[in-house]
Amino acid sequence: MVRLILSKLLYLVPTFLGITIIAFSFVRILPGDPVLLMAGERGVTPERHAELSAQLGYDKSVVLQYFDFLWRLLQGDLGHSLVTKKPVMDEFLALFPATVELGLCAILLATLIGVPVGVLAAIKRGSWFDQVSMTTALVGFSMPIFWWGLLLIIFFSGILGWTPVSGRISLMYYFPDVTGFMLIDSLLSGQSGAFTSAVRHLILPSVVLATIPLAVIARQTRSAMLEVMGEDYVRTARAKGMPSRRVIGVHALRNAMIPVITTIGLQVGVLMAGAILTETIFSWPGIGKWMIDSIARRDYPVVQSGLLLVAALVMIVNLLVDLTYGLINPRIRNK
Amino acid sequence: MTDTPISPAPVRMSDAAIRRRMLSEFWFYFRQNRGAVIGLVVFVLLVLTAIFAPVLAPYSPTAQNRGALLVPPFWQEGGSTAYLLGTDAVGRDMLSRLIFGSQYSLFIGIVVVSIALVGGIAIGLVAGFFGGWVDSVIMRVMDVILAFPSLLLALVLVAVLGPGLTNAMIAIAIVYQPHFARLTRAAVMSELKREYVTAARVAGAGNFRLMFKTILPNCLAPLIVQATLSFSSAVLDSAALGFLGMGAQPPSPEWGTMLAEAREFILRAWWVVTFPGLAILTSVLAINMMGDGLRDALDPKLKRS
Repeated sequence: MVRLILSKLLYLVPTFLGITIIAFSFVRILPGDPVLLMAGERGVTPERHAELSAQLGYDKSVVLQYFDFLWRLLQGDLGHSLVTKKPVMDEFLALFPATVELGLCAILLATLIGVPVGVLAAIKRGSWFDQVSMTTALVGFSMPIFWWGLLLIIFFSGILGWTPVSGRISLMYYFPDVTGFMLIDSLLSGQSGAFTSAVRHLILPSVVLATIPLAVIARQTRSAMLEVMGEDYVRTARAKGMPSRRVIGVHALRNAMIPVITTIGLQVGVLMAGAILTETIFSWPGIGKWMIDSIARRDYPVVQSGLLLVAALVMIVNLLVDLTYGLINPRIRNK
Repeated sequence: MTDTPISPAPVRMSDAAIRRRMLSEFWFYFRQNRGAVIGLVVFVLLVLTAIFAPVLAPYSPTAQNRGALLVPPFWQEGGSTAYLLGTDAVGRDMLSRLIFGSQYSLFIGIVVVSIALVGGIAIGLVAGFFGGWVDSVIMRVMDVILAFPSLLLALVLVAVLGPGLTNAMIAIAIVYQPHFARLTRAAVMSELKREYVTAARVAGAGNFRLMFKTILPNCLAPLIVQATLSFSSAVLDSAALGFLGMGAQPPSPEWGTMLAEAREFILRAWWVVTFPGLAILTSVLAINMMGDGLRDALDPKLKRS
């Protein structure tokens, strides 16, 4: 297992370096003077330009600049935002829990509904349940979620008035940030109604963000179950008179779960892309909205580092999924 | 395939006959999937709408009628049959804009898939055919591109290139291209071991001929399926970019851009929000349904024998 982890980690090094190269070159291929773009100043005197250039290290050769960039990166220095002047890392860490909270709720929702639906659809292959659920899944898979979010706002916030339109919690409540997770912080604050308010704010964004992963997971579970149920060992289990529930629950489901877990892990990238849209629609103060706002405000240090952090994050989660795969399936672990 | 009697002696068929037979076999499997046929019909209607948009649309997509702002659809109170699906905030006919919007979606899909397909096939062929360090380098680069969430990378690319439809399409194509490269590479590597490739090589075929003429035609099935799926994703992603203000720019009647303009009216005028999204969903769904059918018909592993 240790060897597996090490080999996977080694495999990731070139990819990670590639990501840093893309983030590094991003600023240099932007139209315009990179010094002025990164310093956020305009119309400066040649002296000031030289000063800024030296300050940002742009007077050195590109290769040296890259190693500088990498060195600062390893120390956790990702530069400063042009707009807020705060370190990018601090901003990222402050907003990150909001996105994690939303993402976790979404993936939980998608898994808790998607897996049972997929299993049931496979068991009752060809039934009306199978047809309806798989058609619905295909619709969900094809959904423009930015539109879906607007529709849900029209219906649940506009017409029914059940859910709030935006934000993470009602402005009525104020309490210190302990964990950054609104659900936990609101509980810790002990204010009555705070937790309910946080939950109500979380419902629509989670549903919107869960839509595509839910569809993918349901479809994948169904096809994985169907494949496993055609295997010899399942037929053997049935033939020796094992009750159907045990055959499906123990023999089939366990093996079908391996590709499903990979699928769930692969949804992290989908979630990050979805978070950009979902957070924009619901004014959710997370990483996705932060990136969009920074692109719109031309806050290039943030865009550069944000891109890097998100890609690194997706990479790490995929690595964890790979390792889980090894934990579940001994055939891979002992290879 | 189904009811041809087993002939005692091997029949020599002409190329055209083989092709016709493959096509009818394909159609046989495709037809089994009812959804796929429905998807195909909707897609054909979409193509016809795009081609005949100037004839079908009652108004110009950009003509503003200051006397008819935010008119609801005809069946609702205050609506009129002059504007079947109502008008938007500056008095443009929704129906006409939606009809012209289909041109954008199809155009985007075709351009993105063509660029990604051609680029991906070329890269994948080279990687799979030559192997060794060439393959390693190319595939690591593809891994890097795949490490980014596609929409985020497309957004950043558009930030570099500047907002607009052309740049959005280029960005999306770059992001999709590794999928084609990987598929091509995998297919090439499995084909490369077959006897017919060795035979062609022994017969003196050059690398170029081996790659494009001998191997590529036998790798097309998964690529066609991926192309269909990418087509629908391209429509979806370009609409998302338009919605975020980074794709097609107003006043072009691109569906995502229309949604962005409609956002502030969501609680006042449901139709300006509902219809463009419905148009996106319908086209994407139709293409995906078609894709499912194509996969069933083309992928021999999934063929129900």
